[in-house]
Amino acid sequence: MSHNPEAASHPALQHHFDSMEQQHGATTLGMWLFLVQEIMFFGGLFTVYLVYRVKYFSAFAAGSNSLDLTWGAINTSLLIGSSLTMALAVHAAQTGRRKLLVLFLGFTMLLGAGFLGVKAAEYHEKFEKHHVPGASFKIDLNDPGQKGFKGVDANNAQLFFSLYFAMTGMHALHMVIGLGILGVLLVKSWKGHFSPEYNSPVELTGLYWHFVDIVWIYLFPLLYLIDRYHHY
Amino acid sequence: MSGHIVSRRIYYGIFAALMTLTLLTVWVATRDVDTHIWGLHVALNPVIALAIATTKALLVILYFMHVRYSSKLTKVTVLAGFFWLGILLIMTMGDYISREWIKLP
Repeated sequence: MSHNPEAASHPALQHHFDSMEQQHGATTLGMWLFLVQEIMFFGGLFTVYLVYRVKYFSAFAAGSNSLDLTWGAINTSLLIGSSLTMALAVHAAQTGRRKLLVLFLGFTMLLGAGFLGVKAAEYHEKFEKHHVPGASFKIDLNDPGQKGFKGVDANNAQLFFSLYFAMTGMHALHMVIGLGILGVLLVKSWKGHFSPEYNSPVELTGLYWHFVDIVWIYLFPLLYLIDRYHHY
Repeated sequence: MSGHIVSRRIYYGIFAALMTLTLLTVWVATRDVDTHIWGLHVALNPVIALAIATTKALLVILYFMHVRYSSKLTKVTVLAGFFWLGILLIMTMGDYISREWIKLP
């Protein structure tokens, strides 16, 4: 390894790395290894979903149609928007624009919080309709919005909602953690911790945030868009 | 040292593509696009929905997550992750779907 005395003297360089390049390469690989582990983690949930969707398709279709498509689409847009502002935050960090960095991190947090707000409203509706799996789970066939459940076994419908809550809940938990990390970054950015020479934390948080976006990109069609056309 | 700097125009372009694909997937979901291939009824809606989702995911991975500009080591790591996910999904489904083909006594 060739030593670059100028780069090596950067205060953010940890002693066990030769250069800032090496440090950046190692931390990026480390983050990706974590994300690959996350792929396997969510992969388990997606596999359970797939097995039961194939087995109890009509229950999944009815459950999917009882979800609000508009809110789902709005949330998808909010999350894609937050990925854009996150990418722009990384750009601002790489080009050393402190105020823009703070601004875009703030926007990302706002859009992320907006997503969680919509999710909370949707969960609230599920509680009101008794669509939360458990002792009080109930399907009301007199409600025109639940006509699709006709002929569907309530236990199989509960299975859909169990997976709905497990998958969106685990996704929401990742968003909450992401918001916490973004909050720390926001303070550090404000204090001027990041520069064109050192901004790995912003870039790696960006990777995490985009990963959570990708999970939702799959959750949206898998949960909200099953067999929609039969009901239009 | 920081990673490759992607121009903001690319970011805006990817965002526009992702929003367009989101609208497209919602629109297609409300249309009956089932078809018949060799007399076999094929439900195309989930196929199209997943194809659009995968396109969106690829755009995010390649551009927002800079994988297109990353080292070979990073690319191999990402590919390995999805390859393993493929093993999980394909082998599990291969088992569940084929179980009913043979009736055991």
